[in-house]
Amino acid sequence: MDYDVVIGLEIHVQIKTRTKMFTAAPYKYGAAPNTLTDAVVLGLPGTLPVLNYEAIEKCAQLGLMLGCEIAQECKWDRKNYFYPDSPKNYQLTQNEQPLCIGGKVEIELPGPSRNVEGAHRWVELNRIHLEEDPGKLTHESFDTVIDFNRAGVPLAEIVTEPDMSSSTEAVAFLNCLRNLIVYADISDCDMEKGQMRCDANVSLRPVGSEKLGTRTEMKNLNSISNVKAAIEYEIERQTEILEEGGSVVQETRRWDVESACSFSLRSKEEAHDYRYFPDPDLVPVQMDRARVAELEAELPERPLDKQRRYQEALKLPFTTTSVLCPNRELSEFFEAALEVHNAPKQIANYITNDLLRELSEASEHGESALSVSDCKLMPAHIATLAKIIDEGVISKQIGKEVFNDMFQTGDMPDAIVEKKGLKQSNDTGEIEALCREAIAGNAKAVGQYKEGNAKALNALKGPVMKATKGKANPAMLDQLLKKLIDEG
Amino acid sequence: MSEQPHIDIDYVANLARIELSADEKAKLGSQLDDILGYFEKLNAVDIDGVEPMAHAHKVFNVWRAGDEPGDTFSPEVLTKMAPEQRENQVVVPKVVE
Amino acid sequence: MSDIFYKTISELAAMLAAGETTSVAITQAVIDRITAVDDKVKAFISYDAGDALAQAAAADARRTEGQSLGPLDGVPIGIKDTLAVKDQPLRCASKMLESYVSPFDATCIAKLREAGAVIYGRLNMDEFAMGSSTENSAYQTTANPWDLETIPGGSSGGSAAAVAAGEAIATLGTDTGGSIRQPAALCGVVGMKPTYGLISRYGLVAFASSLDQVGPFARTVEDAALLMEAMLGKDDLDSTSIAPQGETNYAAALKAKKGPWKLGVPREFFGEGIDPEVKANIEQAIDWYQSQGCEIVDISLPHSELAVPVYYIVATAEASSNLARFDGVRYSHRSPDANDAMTLFTKSRGEGFGDEVKRRIILGTYVLSSGYYDAYYLRAQKVRTLIRNDFEKAFEQVDAILTPTSPTPAFKQGERSDDPLAMYLSDIYTISVNLAGLPGISVPSGFTESGLPIGLQVICKAFGEADMFAIAHAFEQAHDHHKQTPSL
Ligand SMILES: [Mg+2]
Ligand SMILES: [Zn+2]
Repeated sequence: MDYDVVIGLEIHVQIKTRTKMFTAAPYKYGAAPNTLTDAVVLGLPGTLPVLNYEAIEKCAQLGLMLGCEIAQECKWDRKNYFYPDSPKNYQLTQNEQPLCIGGKVEIELPGPSRNVEGAHRWVELNRIHLEEDPGKLTHESFDTVIDFNRAGVPLAEIVTEPDMSSSTEAVAFLNCLRNLIVYADISDCDMEKGQMRCDANVSLRPVGSEKLGTRTEMKNLNSISNVKAAIEYEIERQTEILEEGGSVVQETRRWDVESACSFSLRSKEEAHDYRYFPDPDLVPVQMDRARVAELEAELPERPLDKQRRYQEALKLPFTTTSVLCPNRELSEFFEAALEVHNAPKQIANYITNDLLRELSEASEHGESALSVSDCKLMPAHIATLAKIIDEGVISKQIGKEVFNDMFQTGDMPDAIVEKKGLKQSNDTGEIEALCREAIAGNAKAVGQYKEGNAKALNALKGPVMKATKGKANPAMLDQLLKKLIDEG
Repeated sequence: MSEQPHIDIDYVANLARIELSADEKAKLGSQLDDILGYFEKLNAVDIDGVEPMAHAHKVFNVWRAGDEPGDTFSPEVLTKMAPEQRENQVVVPKVVE
Repeated sequence: MSDIFYKTISELAAMLAAGETTSVAITQAVIDRITAVDDKVKAFISYDAGDALAQAAAADARRTEGQSLGPLDGVPIGIKDTLAVKDQPLRCASKMLESYVSPFDATCIAKLREAGAVIYGRLNMDEFAMGSSTENSAYQTTANPWDLETIPGGSSGGSAAAVAAGEAIATLGTDTGGSIRQPAALCGVVGMKPTYGLISRYGLVAFASSLDQVGPFARTVEDAALLMEAMLGKDDLDSTSIAPQGETNYAAALKAKKGPWKLGVPREFFGEGIDPEVKANIEQAIDWYQSQGCEIVDISLPHSELAVPVYYIVATAEASSNLARFDGVRYSHRSPDANDAMTLFTKSRGEGFGDEVKRRIILGTYVLSSGYYDAYYLRAQKVRTLIRNDFEKAFEQVDAILTPTSPTPAFKQGERSDDPLAMYLSDIYTISVNLAGLPGISVPSGFTESGLPIGLQVICKAFGEADMFAIAHAFEQAHDHHKQTPSL
């Protein structure tokens, strides 16, 4: 029998605030163990949580970026379970009334080849709620040690509907989701730093059947490749079970990176009785609609909307937009250049070809990958270069030389042209003299031209260009030669 | 809560992470069943359309604005109170899943 | 009684101002009194005489420099073992916190320090404030100074007994279902529970967060008012604390306000279960108010008989979660014989908690567990609304409500230890006040034949403290019950 795969994801994203969700202790990735705690973080007797409003606004922006409805009112619940990384042995979260409701994310599936655009579709979200991160356990050979630095960091939990049907869709979703979140500067989504973590719910059902099969929940997927591998492993596992006439057990499974397989966490059954109830220490939050509108206005254009606009309005090809659009900095650099000189194709090419090439070369020598903001070039540099080529001040050929120069020096293109005297020559007298020399020196070519071989003219252009170091205005040169030969 | 209610003491004690001796379970179990019996009083009240009350007063929108970092503890504050510690981290017996 | 340790705060303030005594002298007298009688009363789990005398000396120094901080400056105040005092033990009378020392001051303690009070002692209580007799302490059983065979009430039994025995000028307690007012009544002192939110809960070890309040024990209503003025106010560290509304110069107001008042008497509070001597005594008190021109109004609080079940569902549910942080990981009792984290939790908690605490955690866990939440917890929350509505209706017709504080005088130690239900019923008149978030005060109203104190409870609407104090003060000053002291 054939099966449809049904996948839902729960993604935890650390929200970029300076201080923690319910206390003013700061958070930084990579700080020395237990240096970012205070009485509230450690859950000392007598402490109470106080909400960090910045986390509410950032999470609301996340919701708006992902097309969610922002609740009129959200409130706080306690999720009760014992674990050594949890200072209070309950997690403050939003069970009954989350901040963000519904939502949908546009994803782009991989195309047949790298430079062919793939299909787009929308993945439905169920909700986004805010909660607090627990501390970090390190399992050592004989015991476990706890660092509470991470405890209390604001987390947004994004819950999708069971709306994906393959590991490919799940991966595409995570990539698009990450672009959206990084674009809005809500999180850096660095999975290696734990800023983005994914749980996957997978179930199978006979093709065509409406009702969902029994699902399993895969935890601890801390890289996109793990998500892909774990989902594919689970699809295989469940398929085998079903084909052998068995039935899938609803359970939580842990993905083990080393052995590249998952195993059941039996102990979890009873742990699902979380005894949620409203937190009596925190009061509900009523969202101010005017403020929500302001927050929405601050948001950037979504990457795939931008890609559509570049392709439709600016007539840029996918090969270019697929490079420009996922990178907010690059696309904003591009648009700033257009302000100076409105030549989308030329400017996009300079950025996606020359600029990125130079940057990656520079990066190879340097320690970290360089970004646009690291180099000497401003949007005006690229724009001006494109401009003087369009105005015939220099040729495309000379353009290459000017680009390399300005990338090194940061000088403006026109200044470089002046400095190196690269301006095209329009001096008729000088060029006419050179043309006469060329005609006199190559009767054969002149003859061939007269016999109607237009190409023969190039043989006469060569020496003139050589003599002018390529600065002779090609159009003018062409006219002059024809005129002189016809006269002569 | 129809007939005489009864607590599954093993299940609840495990949820609460409290080890109880056999005697404790027996004694607690019967006491709790009496208390639950007393709670039956509540079934007499009509609560249709009554709002649940989680807080003493209806208060909203209390928060810390500005996201300004405050003071932190030195690791010693924690390690001094911890029953077992190593290199500024709290040590617990192995976590088995 | 002319002993200095039986004087009131206002008397001592006058003496200190007149230079007739010093803070060191008062503090020393109180410490000597503890040495003399506390092996009988057992009110203090511990106290730090050196630290107290140092604070007293600092107060005297301020005074000689003309920097006195007001009526509380230099007055020794004893503290219940559930309130955090920096660098002092915070055990909540539990083995669970045997070696815990608080690294910070509770907000109410910090405010008393600002007023110059000498903060000393860890006063005995029922473990984690769970009980009505102070027999549930892991350290000692406090005796009622009026009859050492009987209980002082609870959970703040140590705080009440210390004032009655002259071991403190005044003390702090906490009141979740009557834990200040009931022991105050049984020990013949004034005990007051403020409007919920009037005093910050930061640094109060939570039992039931939506009910807990800090409050004073004192010899007179005026002293209680002085302590309240020093402690009240919105606190950024407690999201449920509220800026006071209306009159807050209580000590001045209670002398100015003369009534007559409209006083409600809920018939439900004089039915079965009330001791005839208590009933007669309270009816006398009511007659006195009538004789002073007050209008006495029969009122009904129809849902008050449900207060006890509602309370024991709401309070134990919150407690089951609040006490989860005592797990043997970071600062609480750790069982020596646990080989894995799970066993560390179960054994540490099994060893660290006493019977009543275990009973309530199990009960609270049960009423929140899956399948029972709606039947118990949610229903209780709704009935709680009905109880509050009863009071709101009543306060449309009256300025205050008069009731007995406790249905019986102090009972013999051990009498109810094995009958939790009977014990729970000793709070039958105080519990509904916490559920509704209202202020209540117990003022001495006389003695039984056998010489045990009786208390009258005055309840006002939220933030009605000024009236409440004035009404209680009028009765107190017209009688001399508060001037009686036990023979020890
Ligand atoms: Mg989840
Ligand atoms: Zn979560």
